[in-house]
Amino acid sequence: MAKRIDVSDLNVYYGGFKAVEGVSMTVEPRSVTAFIGPSGCGKSTFLRTLNRMHEVIPGGRVEGKVMLDDQDLYAASMDPVTVRRTVGMVFQRPNPFPTMSIYDNVAAGLRLNGVKNKKTLDGIVEQSLKGANLWTEVKDRLSKPGAGLSGGQQQRLCIARAIAVQPQVLLMDEPCSALDPISTLAIEDLVNELKNDFTIVIVTHNMQQAARVSDRTAFFNLKATGEPGRLVEIDDTTRIFNNPTEQATEDYISGRFG
Amino acid sequence: MSTATERRVPDDDAVVDTPPGNRPGREALTEMSNPHRARAIKDVVARVVMWASFALAMIPLVWILATVVLKGVHMLASPTWWTGNQRNINSEDFGGGARHAIEGTLQMVGFTALIAVPIGILTAVYLVEYGRGHLARAISFTVDILSGVPSIVAALFIYAVWVTAFGFSRSGFAASLALVLLMIPVIVRSTEEMLKLVPNELREASYALGVPKWATVVKIVLRTAFSGIVTGVLLGIARVMGETAPLLILAPYTKNFQRDLFNGNFPTLPMMINNDRLDIGLAAAAERMWAAALTLILLVLLLNVIGRVIAHFGAVKK
Repeated sequence: MAKRIDVSDLNVYYGGFKAVEGVSMTVEPRSVTAFIGPSGCGKSTFLRTLNRMHEVIPGGRVEGKVMLDDQDLYAASMDPVTVRRTVGMVFQRPNPFPTMSIYDNVAAGLRLNGVKNKKTLDGIVEQSLKGANLWTEVKDRLSKPGAGLSGGQQQRLCIARAIAVQPQVLLMDEPCSALDPISTLAIEDLVNELKNDFTIVIVTHNMQQAARVSDRTAFFNLKATGEPGRLVEIDDTTRIFNNPTEQATEDYISGRFG
Repeated sequence: MSTATERRVPDDDAVVDTPPGNRPGREALTEMSNPHRARAIKDVVARVVMWASFALAMIPLVWILATVVLKGVHMLASPTWWTGNQRNINSEDFGGGARHAIEGTLQMVGFTALIAVPIGILTAVYLVEYGRGHLARAISFTVDILSGVPSIVAALFIYAVWVTAFGFSRSGFAASLALVLLMIPVIVRSTEEMLKLVPNELREASYALGVPKWATVVKIVLRTAFSGIVTGVLLGIARVMGETAPLLILAPYTKNFQRDLFNGNFPTLPMMINNDRLDIGLAAAAERMWAAALTLILLVLLLNVIGRVIAHFGAVKK
């Protein structure tokens, strides 16, 4: 489990529009890497290229290379569905399947991929809910609708759903931005535990959060509106927040931007 | 209705709630009372107009239902109505049953739905989940045109193709084909709306689990939209159940039981109504006409109830 991501010189386009330009970085396995930067700088867009979710939007395409250990994610023979089984994702707003129970939500990824064995499913559902720190709260009402949980619980349910398919990498796109501080804390604790098993990349608008949870931080920015977003720098989180190399990073961190 | 009117009330109090900075002085308050009164008058006028429109719309509805029930209900009370047919019963004779027409209508509409529902739902899935560019736009445009085709034109088209060009005889099946043309656009449009209501986030959540697109569409999108799709299908069925023009042109009436959709005349409720209408001067025929009309209304109602039940059990759980 847990693989290294190697990105070299990646450009992302939506139709004719270049959204992100020239990103190269390495994401270490079993670590948390945070992406920070102003809105519209392409950090979410870039995140989605790591499991080819950008292709869901019409006209989305990339130039460049993304390697997951020794696998080229954009090789002609690579099926995007396989990529997404290996690289899971948690979204900004909790999105449990509304027609499914808590159990069915966690089992969804496996069931829809053809796993039918009740015992296997039971085991993985319990293990995933425990992994997402949700088991004790829901173990007596697994057959209740997932949409009936609180926002923070729903988000942990979505994390349980994502880790149930046993991915190598977990991408999190602002997973706490729709949650209250207590639920946020629960998710942050969870991220800290999950990094023992997964490679985690997290996009956040909350710089304290980046400082709290991540080992390395990448700062994205764009030169001007309409220009493509780019990676300004990536370094150890302590270094980014205390002594960044780039002036732009220092300005953003200290609130002197724009 | 009452909630809609009650919702106006806080609006009337809004002047009282003006923040202190904007609160007008004593003189200003008397000036303010004019626009306030004007607004109160407008509110009353709007309420009266709204209630009057509602009453106006209800009059014909209640009138129709009352007429049909009063004139038709006693024939429905007789068991023969539900078991017999009209064989050897002349227009001036009282009695007889409508079983042949009820069975015929259900059979014809069922067959129509069997063809139109899969085509309609698959078309909607294509348009919402897959279709891009010229083909999708062309299909969407065609569906728009099809939904504007008068039923008699659809019937004449089937007559021209099925009877004149291919040389088949008129039959229940030919009428079914015309009804299919009328039903498809209803199903496509309603299903399309329901699929569009499924949040994109659910599709993305499914893709992110490594679920292929087809499985996402079948297990997540269609499942989430299920109860809405059922409602749309039933509206489509109700729409064609009372359709008469295609039957007049393509499916001649018979007073006998006839379960063969493909050969010979075919009994249906709208045609039974029409048949008795021709002798409306006779008390017996008029009575049968109203009874058949009430039966048709009840069938549509029953269908709606069944649809509600299915939709209820398939609905998104809260």
